[in-house]
Amino acid sequence: MSARKIRVMVAKPGLDGHDRGARILARFFRDAGFEVIYTGCHQTPEQVASAAIQEDVDLVGLSCLSGAHRILFPRVVELLREKNASDITVIGGGIIPEQDFQMLYDAGIKAIFTPGAPLESIVEWIRNNIKTKE
Amino acid sequence: METTAKIRAGDVRSASRLIRDLEDKLPGARPRLKQLFQHTGKSFIIGITGAPGAGKSTLTDALIAEFRKQSKTVGVLAVDPTSPFSGGAILGDRIRMLKHTEDEGVFIRSLATRGALGGLSQAAGDAIHVMEAMGKDIILVETVGIGQQELDIIHHAHSVVVVLVPGMGDEIQTMKAGLMEIADVFAINKADRPGAKQLQSELTALLSASSLTPDTWKPPIVGIGNRYEPTLFAQQTAVLAQKIMDHHAHLILCGQLSFRMERQALMEISDALKACILEPVLRKLSESGELQNMTRRVKNRETDPYTEAETIAHRFLTLGEKI
Repeated sequence: MSARKIRVMVAKPGLDGHDRGARILARFFRDAGFEVIYTGCHQTPEQVASAAIQEDVDLVGLSCLSGAHRILFPRVVELLREKNASDITVIGGGIIPEQDFQMLYDAGIKAIFTPGAPLESIVEWIRNNIKTKE
Repeated sequence: METTAKIRAGDVRSASRLIRDLEDKLPGARPRLKQLFQHTGKSFIIGITGAPGAGKSTLTDALIAEFRKQSKTVGVLAVDPTSPFSGGAILGDRIRMLKHTEDEGVFIRSLATRGALGGLSQAAGDAIHVMEAMGKDIILVETVGIGQQELDIIHHAHSVVVVLVPGMGDEIQTMKAGLMEIADVFAINKADRPGAKQLQSELTALLSASSLTPDTWKPPIVGIGNRYEPTLFAQQTAVLAQKIMDHHAHLILCGQLSFRMERQALMEISDALKACILEPVLRKLSESGELQNMTRRVKNRETDPYTEAETIAHRFLTLGEKI
């Protein structure tokens, strides 16, 4: 039968209201054939994790431009783990200094994309790394 | 069966996974829904429909809040369109309902239309049944921004709210068939804007002109103003929720609920028949290349679609009754 459709969620946790990048990404994912749940700005990590589970997404893309990624991104991964949903992949993007990458990888963020990353490279990463669920 | 027990206990992971499996048509999914089916049919299903941008998601959000105040559990199915070009979709209704995300009494699920053959109707019905089995008291089904067609999925609902906004056209629009006729409750949203009074009086005229016997339901019209005036907005949406519940009471009192549930069952049988007869036939014809040849012959007027369809019917429906 038909293959699984890839479902992703694009969310901006925290107080940062700059969602231009997140919106462009959401549209690009749509054009790549993904179903994109777009939940916008000002969300708590708890809201992100609950929504991701209710929507049964394969991947959550977090965007943060305010510098709070060190706290917010790991918290989302942690909450998903607590809710028995660690199979949902979490990636991040935004203004993220290189010295923070390792810390985020260690916390369970699977990939990080910073300004200048070609949109195609993000889609390709998703296609290569998401095993749609059985 | 384990999934059945989990979903009936309200486990969100199992429920959302089953909805996904059904949508993706995994072979193991339908049998699991069959197990659940006997535990469905107890929720009150409310359809919310109207033009794109009319405020369906915002009103859905307000209705969730209202029903939660009454300690009712709520499921929401929010449908958005799939791109016919890429097959992708942006599902953005949730963004209006964020404050309910962490409320365990609320389960919100976005659904993409995906495409052909009334598949949406079946996918919507499937998701509704899963939410019913979770024990939700109320299920709100928010359609895509709708025109004068595509009304099918609304037949899953017991009560239908049509959301209108001022400035969408003159009174001829209100006279047309379709959307206007399926409303059990009208919401005039953005009623603080110019034209709202005119829309209200046109609607009132339309409703009083229709031939209603005394005991039939006359759709009430609820005006809802600016959501940035929270006190008034909350009062008005409380009225909307009350009118919907009044309609529910009316359905029960007049025996109409059973009629509507029959209508729903009939539609689901027809959806299921399409899924188990039409889809496999089309798939087979497409895989063998016959469908493409046939399409070309019809396009070139070498044959007509009716004869082709009859030939196929005779070929595949060999057993049993004649049709």
